[in-house]
Amino acid sequence: MTTTRMELVCPAGTPAALRAAVQAGADAVYCGFRDETNARNFPGLNFSRDELAGGVRFAHDHGSKVLVAINTFARVDDVDIWKKAADAAAESGADAIIAADFAVLDHVAKNHKQIRLHLSVQAAAATPEAIGFYAAQFGIRRVVLPRVLSLQEIAALSRAIDVETEAFVFGGLCVMIEGRCYLSSYATGKSPNLNGVCSPPEMVSYDEEPSGTTARLSGFTIDRYERGQPVGYPTLCKGKFKAEGKTSHLFEDPVSLNAGGMISGLKAAGVTALKIEGRQRGKGYVSEVVRAFRKAVDAVEMGGDAVDIDRLLAGQSEGARQTAGAYEKKWR
Amino acid sequence: MSEIALTLGPVFFHWSADRLLDFYRRIADEAPVERVHVGEVVCGKRMPFSDPAWPAVIERLERGGKQVVLSTLAAPATVRERRSVEDLCGDERMVEINDVSGLPSRSGKAFVTGPFVNVYNEASAKFLIQLGAQTICPPVELSFAAIGAMSVKCPEAEFEIFAFGRLPLALSGRCYHARIHGLHKDSCQFTCERDPDGLGVDTLDDQQFLAVNGVQTLSNQVQAFCPAPDALASKGIRRLRLSPQTCDMVEVARIYRRLADGREESEDARFALSCLDLPGTLVDGYAHARPGWQATAAP
Repeated sequence: MTTTRMELVCPAGTPAALRAAVQAGADAVYCGFRDETNARNFPGLNFSRDELAGGVRFAHDHGSKVLVAINTFARVDDVDIWKKAADAAAESGADAIIAADFAVLDHVAKNHKQIRLHLSVQAAAATPEAIGFYAAQFGIRRVVLPRVLSLQEIAALSRAIDVETEAFVFGGLCVMIEGRCYLSSYATGKSPNLNGVCSPPEMVSYDEEPSGTTARLSGFTIDRYERGQPVGYPTLCKGKFKAEGKTSHLFEDPVSLNAGGMISGLKAAGVTALKIEGRQRGKGYVSEVVRAFRKAVDAVEMGGDAVDIDRLLAGQSEGARQTAGAYEKKWR
Repeated sequence: MSEIALTLGPVFFHWSADRLLDFYRRIADEAPVERVHVGEVVCGKRMPFSDPAWPAVIERLERGGKQVVLSTLAAPATVRERRSVEDLCGDERMVEINDVSGLPSRSGKAFVTGPFVNVYNEASAKFLIQLGAQTICPPVELSFAAIGAMSVKCPEAEFEIFAFGRLPLALSGRCYHARIHGLHKDSCQFTCERDPDGLGVDTLDDQQFLAVNGVQTLSNQVQAFCPAPDALASKGIRRLRLSPQTCDMVEVARIYRRLADGREESEDARFALSCLDLPGTLVDGYAHARPGWQATAAP
């Protein structure tokens, strides 16, 4: 069991969210540039070069770190865009670059030895051999773990590697191995790996029909809601489908991840850092979630029990259904 | 011999050892493909069923003049699965790496990267080539133009395009066959064996959309990218990959052989494919930088 204090890594989609996360107690914030080099490429989100430099100053003044995600895969003939993003992140004084593409990792390892490299979840590294390869080739210091591993698997993995591990504890739940899922591009032409988006909003339609509302993505019916029922976002893997004569949420129910109750288990499994997802969320949300997790992590570090943690996080449910996902082995 | 070589990719589905033996016997004798990939790629739990078949399959294919490539698991997790990847990577034959896990034990020796390894640009391709990659089959979502641009910049390796078969779209830690049948992955009862082309998944409006195969999700539709050989040659692309389905794969190989030799037009090849007993309609959107499910004209 590790005795190091776990780091709380929080989302910053905008400079305002960065300040909110830092003030709410984030040990580190992660953010990206306002272009296709990061996996949350939405209009109105992310940072300019200047905003990042300002964000780094603010975070450092308050004792927090800044991690910059350059974690999409570089486009043929345009690899320089990704390399320049990495150069800008290094120049801003940020504490780490989070990357997945061999080309980006190689560029940073060779040209910016002073900045830490974290392996993005998009690299889908989940074995000691794969993580060891990235460590030997690029000197990665931390790996962000796929959201499909159980606690037991994480514990075994941590024992077998000598880089830090970061695990998602709150927010979206990817049920497919990240970085290896092309469902979105199959339906819409836009994908996380190539475009930094999954099930993009411009391809979504909500059609009012006599029986209720039908949610479609690129013309494919993803879910249907009766009148008065809350309407969800048609993310492909959380949709309702027919197979074997049965209609069900075949891949995953429309749930989000909340592993708040598993913080002590993740610590025991050797996890170094806990990641909150949600760079597309506003500063109010970020502030509230980070504050709750700050208390929960501190309670675990002080030896607090699970009941206290659940109570601390109770306010975060917001009516949405939640799950501890793959951390519980029964999920599979 | 044509300049465009044909590769038969690994079988993604849970076929019995007898079925595998029968299938590869015909491939060895009749299919005009130069290279054949063998091995379990999707689920390590199936390996005890197929492993006994491989020595005979490999011997038969090699006696039939095919180059055999050993394909490794796309998402190894258990100690046994990781050891199997390491063992295969030590083999003298060509190996297909489907997860970065295989790279440490294969670096310095020749290998193929399969469509589960993310090679999206020329710099990443060069990195892998320097480790020993001789053939690169990029992820299925990349367009022909993008693969062609990579190929032009990396003439020291062969680039291969996923030309035929249900498209491999995603892998999970969760088994969807088990979930559909109300089972847990650890006691899955191998229900995936009932669906030798994968199990179709339709939308609520009965649109055919996806297919599941254990932990894997595929397209319901069948990729049928039928480029003219000149188009391939101009980009230096020298291989087309055909992914096994239960339809007559010898006939599929013959159609692509005629296409690659310039003895059949793209449209005629696509028509001939459409006449086979396929699990879905023909698509080629990805090749044309469009959503993968779309069907477009030949390049």
